[in-house]
Amino acid sequence: MSQSQEPQQLIIALSKGRILDETLPLFEQAGIYPLEDVRKSRKLIFDTNLDHVKLIIIRATDVPTYVELGAADMGVSGKDVLMEHGAKGIYEPLDLNIARCRLMTAGMKGQERPDGRIRVATKFINVAKRYYAEQGVQVDLIKLYGGMELAPIMDLADEIVDIVDTGNTLKANGLEAREDIAHISTRLVVSQGAMKMKHQLIQPIIEQLRSAVS
Amino acid sequence: MTIADRWLLPDGMEEVLPPQARQIEELRRELLDLFHTWGYDLVFPPPAEYLESLLTGSGNDLDLQTFKVTDQMTGRMMGIAADITPQVARMDAHSMKRQGPARFCYCANVLRTKAGSMLGSRSPMQVGAELFGDDGLESDTEILGLMISALATAGAGKVYLDMGHVGIYRALIREADLTADQEKTLFDAILHKAYGEIDQIVARDIANESVRGMISRLARLNGGADILAQAQVELADAPASVKEALNSLEQIANVIKNQYPNVEINFDLAELRGYNYHTGMVFAAYIPGYSHAVAQGGRYDETGKVFGRARPATGFSADLKILAKLLQKNDPVSGVFAPAGYSDDQELLSTIRALRSEGTRVVNGLPDQDVSALEMGCDSELVLKEDGQWVVEPINRIF
Repeated sequence: MSQSQEPQQLIIALSKGRILDETLPLFEQAGIYPLEDVRKSRKLIFDTNLDHVKLIIIRATDVPTYVELGAADMGVSGKDVLMEHGAKGIYEPLDLNIARCRLMTAGMKGQERPDGRIRVATKFINVAKRYYAEQGVQVDLIKLYGGMELAPIMDLADEIVDIVDTGNTLKANGLEAREDIAHISTRLVVSQGAMKMKHQLIQPIIEQLRSAVS
Repeated sequence: MTIADRWLLPDGMEEVLPPQARQIEELRRELLDLFHTWGYDLVFPPPAEYLESLLTGSGNDLDLQTFKVTDQMTGRMMGIAADITPQVARMDAHSMKRQGPARFCYCANVLRTKAGSMLGSRSPMQVGAELFGDDGLESDTEILGLMISALATAGAGKVYLDMGHVGIYRALIREADLTADQEKTLFDAILHKAYGEIDQIVARDIANESVRGMISRLARLNGGADILAQAQVELADAPASVKEALNSLEQIANVIKNQYPNVEINFDLAELRGYNYHTGMVFAAYIPGYSHAVAQGGRYDETGKVFGRARPATGFSADLKILAKLLQKNDPVSGVFAPAGYSDDQELLSTIRALRSEGTRVVNGLPDQDVSALEMGCDSELVLKEDGQWVVEPINRIF
């Protein structure tokens, strides 16, 4: 059950970290900015220049959860996080075109993928399961929370599925990028209930962000 | 086995305790009484049926949702009902064979292998009404009116009605000439209103420029009252059936607007919920504070066919537990406490009988009980007067 929110109020969930530095200027161009420096405050909820809009700043992986359950009306979330989450009942009306990267498979350079079942280390368990199934490859998945590159080096896994930006980390560790799974960028997401009940508040924000992006 | 293993319930399977159970039951009675006054006949579908009759024309979703067991008598697979609507459709097509319109309502527990949403229940109590045998707009407006009345009965204030029509997308996609895989990709993107992806997909996969443009515009056609007029312009080149769908939506919406002016009507022409199953108008009701639909339904004209009798049909359903929870009425429990130790006092017994026949809740005290009357949900008690009469007196809450 979601929090009961004021019908005329909007809660926007922003992802912490690197995405945030690129998100805030976009929202500012769209006419929404927090009244204090969100990076210096210990607060969790921030007022904005608009009385009816509040920002919450949370871990990127939690944004789809807040939005799906209606605790936030809108959010900013990477496509990688949305793909892994499943994003059922979440709308993604706008590509914010920031934090672009690729979701890829990778392995030790020059090493052939072994026959039969292979071991894959990733934090994107659902995405990896779907991807390898589409390729007709049987896999054993190993959930790791970071430092994927280490897994093939230590022979913990035959391949990894991870976000690749420049590919330098892979190269520096003797790995090679193999197949593209998806091109990733950051999306504006909207909860189903908000889209159906608050579209008069939401539509103008989408339009302003759209012109800020292009 | 630890103690936790013994009491822990499976995910999404819930027990309902007092006072919520009573609230749900009261709402169930009110809703079934409402349906009765609209001429809807109550049916009790069986808790399990052969899969073949449960999963007709509903696509893959319901199959995944259905718990399956083997029938030891025949070796055939049975499913535990995950949705009541197909069962009622079978009853209409095969068990009852009424000519002309037939109206049915139901309230039954269903089981689902997966919850519909992250915190959703796997054991909802589905309540709903179905109208068979008429394909006109009047039956669609009747079902919508009944749903709105049901929500009002449950205590909903502001209701947001979201209307769509799966025939629009179906007509356009028929023109698009896509492979099954391409269609699936486009469908998922439209489901998520991922406009960027939709534009990429149609540009890549759809050769016909006019169809391409219309599908990409259709995906964006959601919002308030002006959406239908906008759709008439933006989908002007679509097959005639699209125009018919838009006109019928407009007529239905006008009737509802006149009859229920407090309902806010929105349109989402790319709403594809239940796409495999529905054939015409689809709708869902939202109320503030809950981010999923609280009631939904639409037209499904094909389902009876596999049972030997194709009948037009329209209907709606809701989860009674969610309605009761969201629209909780906080009526405090009241009751009369009858003291223990007077079991042969005929005066007391007849007073209790009289109170109960009026519908008053009377709780018997038991000898040596050390729980107070208040804790047993009683706000008054029977007191013996000097003349031998028993009278009901409020319990003083301050001891």
